[in-house]
Amino acid sequence: MAPRIVALTAAGQGVALIVAPRVVALIAALAVAGLTLGPVGAVLLRAGGWGALGPGDGQALRFTLVQALLSAGVSVALAMPVARGLARRRFPGRGALVALMGAPFILPVIVAVLGLIAVFGQNGLVNGALRALGLPEMTIYGIHGVVLAHVFFNLPLAVRLLLQGWLAIPAERFRLAASLGLTRGALFRVLELPMLLRIAPGAFAVIFVICLSSFAVALTLGGGPKATTVELAIYQAVRFDFDLGRAALLSVIQLALALSAGLVALKLGAGSGFGAGLDRGVTRWDGQGVWARSADALWIVLAALFLLAPLLMVGLRGLTGLVLLGPGTWIAAGHSVSVALVSTALCILWALPLATRRGELLGLAGIALSPLVLGTGLFLIVRPFANPFALALPVTALVNALVSLPFALRILRPEAEAVRADYRRLAQALGLTPLAWLRLVLLPRLRRPLGFAAGLTAALSMGDLGVIALFADPDRATLPLQVYRLMGSYQMAAAAGAALLLLILSFGAFWMFDRGGRVNADT
Amino acid sequence: MLTLEGLVFRAGAYALSADLALAPGRRVAVIGPSGAGKSTLLDLIAGFRRPERGRILWLGQDITGAPPDRRPVAMLFQENNLFPHLDLRRNLGLALRPDGGRLRRGEDIAVEEALARVGLDGMAERRPGALSGGQQSRAALARVLLQARPIIALDEPFAALGPALKAEMLDLVRDVAGELGALVLLVSHDPQDARRFAEEVVLVAEGAAQAPVATETLFADPPEALRAYLGG
Repeated sequence: MAPRIVALTAAGQGVALIVAPRVVALIAALAVAGLTLGPVGAVLLRAGGWGALGPGDGQALRFTLVQALLSAGVSVALAMPVARGLARRRFPGRGALVALMGAPFILPVIVAVLGLIAVFGQNGLVNGALRALGLPEMTIYGIHGVVLAHVFFNLPLAVRLLLQGWLAIPAERFRLAASLGLTRGALFRVLELPMLLRIAPGAFAVIFVICLSSFAVALTLGGGPKATTVELAIYQAVRFDFDLGRAALLSVIQLALALSAGLVALKLGAGSGFGAGLDRGVTRWDGQGVWARSADALWIVLAALFLLAPLLMVGLRGLTGLVLLGPGTWIAAGHSVSVALVSTALCILWALPLATRRGELLGLAGIALSPLVLGTGLFLIVRPFANPFALALPVTALVNALVSLPFALRILRPEAEAVRADYRRLAQALGLTPLAWLRLVLLPRLRRPLGFAAGLTAALSMGDLGVIALFADPDRATLPLQVYRLMGSYQMAAAAGAALLLLILSFGAFWMFDRGGRVNADT
Repeated sequence: MLTLEGLVFRAGAYALSADLALAPGRRVAVIGPSGAGKSTLLDLIAGFRRPERGRILWLGQDITGAPPDRRPVAMLFQENNLFPHLDLRRNLGLALRPDGGRLRRGEDIAVEEALARVGLDGMAERRPGALSGGQQSRAALARVLLQARPIIALDEPFAALGPALKAEMLDLVRDVAGELGALVLLVSHDPQDARRFAEEVVLVAEGAAQAPVATETLFADPPEALRAYLGG
């Protein structure tokens, strides 16, 4: 064959390949910075003097701290025996159980609350049992309800973090311990305690930060002067008193609280919320006695029951409630789906150019900012120009995208960097255009993490009950808000049906995006 | 000529200088101890690193500041020479259409011919994962054929192949380069590669790339730096 002499390609695309993404990244970064700093600025400007605070607000601050401490403490303490059990036992369904520990992350808060009420509430399973035994009943409302719900959400997170720690102890160490014949106590002191001291403070701090910004749980299970978080107080200042100065001041307090706690958590550095490779079984020689085995089994069964029973109750009660769904619920469901799709698109559009080290730092701003603070700021910015209530859905979509951005970046950044490290030179050598790089290399290579990130964002946005509560009027509810309203008007069967629908939509959205990233994706 | 004129590259404490000229169409091996800067030299020529001082000229034209795709260089890296999620047609097509656009009719045929030339006819629909290591190397060479640049830079792309397969690939490189009339720069840590393949050798050692020497001359009377490397 005669060699085909093909002329050198016309343009110096190697340069464009470097410059164009930087420009796009800069634009994305500016948008994120503007959308987070703008509301913060608005809140700071509008914040009234300290005199605007009522006695209830000091109480709210105290309650916020106390419930967060309790929630984090209980979650981490309970997670230790559960994680140890999962680390040293292998049984059928272990993988599924570990996977289940990731589910609360995308579980809509309002769904979980309904499930918890079905188990621990007035007419719930637990009180039924207590009544039958002639024991005093418990109530789910107030601080223990708030802590219970927070433990429900964060125990699995703590278990995952600690399990990672346990599985990170090399199997050789356990083998050595076995050959030395270390006693249980010695093994704990030599191997497990150092790991716990390293991991547990970080896990505690992360959960503490998460619980500081608790809104939906406090809204549904708290309330009243004794169980109001700062976030809930912001909401009440806006919705009930329409005291924007006080709302802004409370937002500043919340901001300071979350930022300082967030920095501490970052220092303690158990950042990774969802690590990979949790399902590795390390062969263990210790803890094979009957007592240890049954203790592990008991803890694992209790944890599984605690997580599964509320979900099963939502399913059971929801099935009968599905027929009661009115047009309002279906409209709200439509709103939720559109909000989730817009949030997902926005979040991914931001995440792709920002999937770098610097971009991830910027994205962390979103995690420190609570939706309510962002919402209050946006409310203040929008109000002179438009009716904020008319913008409820777009603002919700926007805030949800911002809040999900740190998670999306954490998922995408390592993969995006790997793709750049592996193929950037080849692309430069070939002179790929920036668009060809995006279309032919980056997007196809990132399919799996993109699908996963999009699934998380869609599910989080679908289930969000935060900003929407601040902005919504009766015409513009999302499904979580609709569930809350149905609960508020004591239509518990209809609420259960709507909650099941929400659960299906959230998990369905996650599943569809995540699967979309996996099907036919070859690496 | 490919001329490296007073070239100096620095990265931290590491420095590499080069002052040499290579004739078009020659087969040149770049050898030297690991860490001496063989790959760095290739990167400088291919445009992936910028020199601190000096110029790079091709046929008298200054290409020191040109981006990689505007240089007369086609390069094969140690790994990742093919996009694993694209079939061979797309992979090779990118050499002709860097915007990823559809191949025109003539280009389509060129891709088929290039594949046939390296013994991969009928494999255009395969993805790299469905090929053996040797076949992947062949596919990458087919793309070099399509790029048809007057310099081919090989940064140990066959290091993972067994000795027989490697020899086979080097023969194929020789044929492909002969057809293109291209200057070949082969980085290798194996002196046997140099003896079998190269007409000239550039020794990179002690912070400098030395002027090319005819292979036989060099190995007949190795200079001190090479003797230390060969360990004999």
